Amino acid sequence: MTEHVSEPTRIRAVLTGGKGGDTVEVRMRLVHDMETGRRTGADGKVVPAWFVQRVSVTHRGRTVFAAQCGPTVSRNPQFAFRFSGAKAGESVAVTWVDSRGESRRDEAAIMPG
Amino acid sequence: MDSERRRALRACGGLLAALAAAGFVPPALAQSGAGAWNAAAFGAADLDAALTVLGAAGSVESPDIRIEAPEVSDTGGTVPVAVTSDIPGTDAIALLVDKNPTALSAVIEVPAGTDPWVNLNLRMAESGNVVALVRATGRYYHARRGVKLVQGGCE
Repeated sequence: MTEHVSEPTRIRAVLTGGKGGDTVEVRMRLVHDMETGRRTGADGKVVPAWFVQRVSVTHRGRTVFAAQCGPTVSRNPQFAFRFSGAKAGESVAVTWVDSRGESRRDEAAIMPG
Repeated sequence: MDSERRRALRACGGLLAALAAAGFVPPALAQSGAGAWNAAAFGAADLDAALTVLGAAGSVESPDIRIEAPEVSDTGGTVPVAVTSDIPGTDAIALLVDKNPTALSAVIEVPAGTDPWVNLNLRMAESGNVVALVRATGRYYHARRGVKLVQGGCE
């Protein structure tokens, strides 16, 4: 089996709520085919299921978002959520683990609103 | 890592446990407290079976859960859905699609300090309902919203 190299998660974390606000809106786009196991490939064979099962986002070591997914989340899963208690310049880390046990972690700095 | 060791680690029980033992699991995920991936819930075929596995069979319909989704979507592969829960004490939001081959799409944990709001893209096999299930103070509530598809997208 060829080595699979995952691609970075696109993350955008921005402070919202005006001056002095400490709520961050995080939008992320994972790169993953999210194969359902029901699709027939070009070779006529069913493409095996392969999909992100867990996603978590941390801020200063604390989990601010976590999700369990099945293959009916869209290809290149996108999530958006908001959490409080952060400052511009701090970072968030997005980690995912898929059904093959592959995982990936990416970080992004929180931007001022 | 050689394949023998990999096999042995798998046999330890639990993929995450095995990965953690190998030092591969990012600490945040191992500690997220959500437990192992809920294979039983994600494998349940219909909505009622998924709710039962989630322990939410007695869920009550609630007007305090808002679902934003297109009335009509030209593709079932990417249906944007946003869920807001106004129910106090919301700590989890699950998304289910009643006409999908397996109803449960995602379960979102809402830790303290995180808004009970999530926006994500789901696949829908055919026209049907997106169901948002909310857990708040140990009780379950839900709302549903119909989406008509021009073309299905579960493949």
